[in-house]
Amino acid sequence: MSTATLPDRTTGTSGTARQRPSFVGTGLLVVGAVYCLVPVVWVFMASTKSSSELFSTFTYAPSGNLFSNISDLSSYRDGLFWRWMVNTALYAGVGAGLSTVVSAMAGYAMAKFRFPGRGVLFNVLLAGVLVPGVVLAVPQYLLFAKLGLTNTYWAVLLPSLISPYGIYLARIYVSAAVPDEVIEAARTDGAKDLRVFSSIVMPMMVPGLVTIFLFQFVAIWNNFMLPFVMLGDDKLFPVTVGLSGLLNQGSQQPAMYTLVITGALLSILPLLALFLLLQRFWQVDLAAGAVKS
Amino acid sequence: MTSITSEPNSGTVRRVPDQTPPRRRSRVPKAPYAFVLPAVFLFVFSIAIPILYTAYLSLRTVKVEGLGLGPGARTEVWAGLENYAGTLTDRDFLSSVLRVLGYGLVVIPVMLGLALLFALLLDSVRVRARRFSRLVIFMPYAVPAVISSLLWGFLYLPAVSPFTYAADQVGVTLPQPMAPGLVLFGIANIAVWGGVGFNMIVLYTALRSIPTELYEAARIDGCSEVQIAWRIKVPIVIPSLIMTSVFGMITTLQVFAEPTVLRPLTNNISTSWSPLMMIYRDAFTRNDIYSASATSVVLAVATFVLSFGFLRLVQNRAFAQENR
Repeated sequence: MSTATLPDRTTGTSGTARQRPSFVGTGLLVVGAVYCLVPVVWVFMASTKSSSELFSTFTYAPSGNLFSNISDLSSYRDGLFWRWMVNTALYAGVGAGLSTVVSAMAGYAMAKFRFPGRGVLFNVLLAGVLVPGVVLAVPQYLLFAKLGLTNTYWAVLLPSLISPYGIYLARIYVSAAVPDEVIEAARTDGAKDLRVFSSIVMPMMVPGLVTIFLFQFVAIWNNFMLPFVMLGDDKLFPVTVGLSGLLNQGSQQPAMYTLVITGALLSILPLLALFLLLQRFWQVDLAAGAVKS
Repeated sequence: MTSITSEPNSGTVRRVPDQTPPRRRSRVPKAPYAFVLPAVFLFVFSIAIPILYTAYLSLRTVKVEGLGLGPGARTEVWAGLENYAGTLTDRDFLSSVLRVLGYGLVVIPVMLGLALLFALLLDSVRVRARRFSRLVIFMPYAVPAVISSLLWGFLYLPAVSPFTYAADQVGVTLPQPMAPGLVLFGIANIAVWGGVGFNMIVLYTALRSIPTELYEAARIDGCSEVQIAWRIKVPIVIPSLIMTSVFGMITTLQVFAEPTVLRPLTNNISTSWSPLMMIYRDAFTRNDIYSASATSVVLAVATFVLSFGFLRLVQNRAFAQENR
C-alpha cells in the first residue's frame, strides 16, 4: 500500500502552485460543510430542550434540560435504551471484528495461492458485491425462520459476518502489502500456514484490516432492514430499530420525541468520536483500482 | 496507488499459468481451502441458500380448502410463474419502481455532482478550509440512515424547520418537504446528505493518484484551474464516477430505512412507497411470503442486471483487472 492515509498534498511551493486563494471555491466548500452540519448541530441543541420547548422555542436555541432528558431516557423501561446501545456494540463490533478475520483469511488465500476453483470463487464473490445487503433481508428471514433462528442475536450477527466487499478489499491489501518473498522466507524457516498468516500476514495488513473493519462496522450499524425484520423482542433491538420504534410511538405521545432526539444524540456520539479518531484509515481503494485501469 | 496490482506480481513458486490445470494432483495445496472455508460457509448459509430458498418459495403458493380453518385446510402447492405474473402486473409494484427510478434520477446526479465538486475543490491548492470541510462533509457517513432520517424528519416539521422560520421572517411561505408531491425530494435530500461525503472521499482519493506534473505542464501551457479540473481531472476520475454511480443505483433501488422512518411524521408515504417496503408489507403485514418472494427475486435480478449491465456498458473498465 503506497498510501495508508490521505495526506494533504504537500504543495510544491513553486510559484504556480502558490496562487491567491479562491473565494468562490472556498465559499462553496464551506457552504457544503454547513449543509452537513445542519442536522448534527440541531440534535445537539434539541436534546437540551424539554418536550414543551421542542416545538415552541427557536430551533437552534439551546436550553438547559440535557441531563434531565438523559435521565428520562435512561429510566425509560428500566434502561432499555442502554440495552439497545450494548446490542448495537455487539452487532456492529463483534460482527465487524469476526467479519474482518474471515475476509482477511479468504483474501489472503485468493491473493497468494493458486488453487483450482479460485477464479470461480472470486467471480461469485464479486457478484455478491453487486447484490448486497437489504434485498437479502427478507430471504434471510424466511430461511432463518425455518431454522428457528429468528428473534435471536444470531439472526442479526450471522448474516453480518460475510462481506464480499471486505474479502475483495482484503485481497487487494494482501497482494499490495505482503510481498511473496516474506511469505517464502517464513516458510523456509519452517512456519506452518496458519502461523504465516497470523504472525506475518495479519500484522503487515493492519491498516487494511482497520479499513475493512470500519466499512463493515458502518455497514452493520447502517443495516436497518435486517434487524427490523429478524427481531420481534425489543430487548434484542439495536439502537436504530429501537429509536424508530420510539418515533412511531411519538405520534400518540409527543413526549416521546424528546427521548428520541436525546437517544439519537447519544447514539451518534460514540460513532462520531470513533470516526474522528480513525479518520486517517478511511481509504477507498475499490475506486482507486478503477482509476488504475 | 500501487494497491490494485493484486495478482501476485513477483510470485516465484506458486505461479501456475492461469488456464492450465495443475499437472500433478499432489501439488494442489490444502491450505487455501482451509482459509476460504469460513467465508464460503457463510456465503452459502447467508447469501446463496436464502436466495435459492426464496426462488423456490416464489414458485409456490397456498391453496385454501373451504374456509381455510382446521388442519390440512391450507396446503402449499406449486404455483409456477403465477406469483411473478402477480408481481409484474401489480400496480403498487410498478408505481413503487417508477417512484424509486425517479428518486434515483434525483439522488444520483445531485449526490455525485456535489461529491465531484467538493472533491475538486479539496484538490485545488487555491481553496482554503480544506481539512475542516473534508472532515465535516464526510461526517454524515458515520450517521446511520435511520438517525439521519429521524433528524431531517424533525427539521422538516414546520414548527421546527429553521428554513420555514427564516422564510417566515421575510414573509415568504416555503413549500413543505413532506407535502404529497415533494416528499420524494425530502427523502432524496436525506440520501444526498448521507452519501455526498463518502463519494467525495472516493473521488478525492482518485484525484490524488494523478501525478501533479500533469497540472504543472498544463499551467505552463496557460490553462486556468477550472480548465485543468474540467479537461484533465474529470476525465481521469470517470472510472471512479462509474463505480460510485453503480453503488448509488444499488442503494437507490433498495431504499427502505429513510421512508420507513419518516412514515410516522407524514401521511404522504404509503406502505408500498419503495419496492422493499412493499416486500416487507407483503411478507409481514399480509403474510403472503410467496408473492413477497417473487417480488424479492424480481428486485434482486433487476439490481443485478442493472448494475452489471451498467458496468458492461462502460466496457467493464472498473473490474477489468480483477476479473480475469
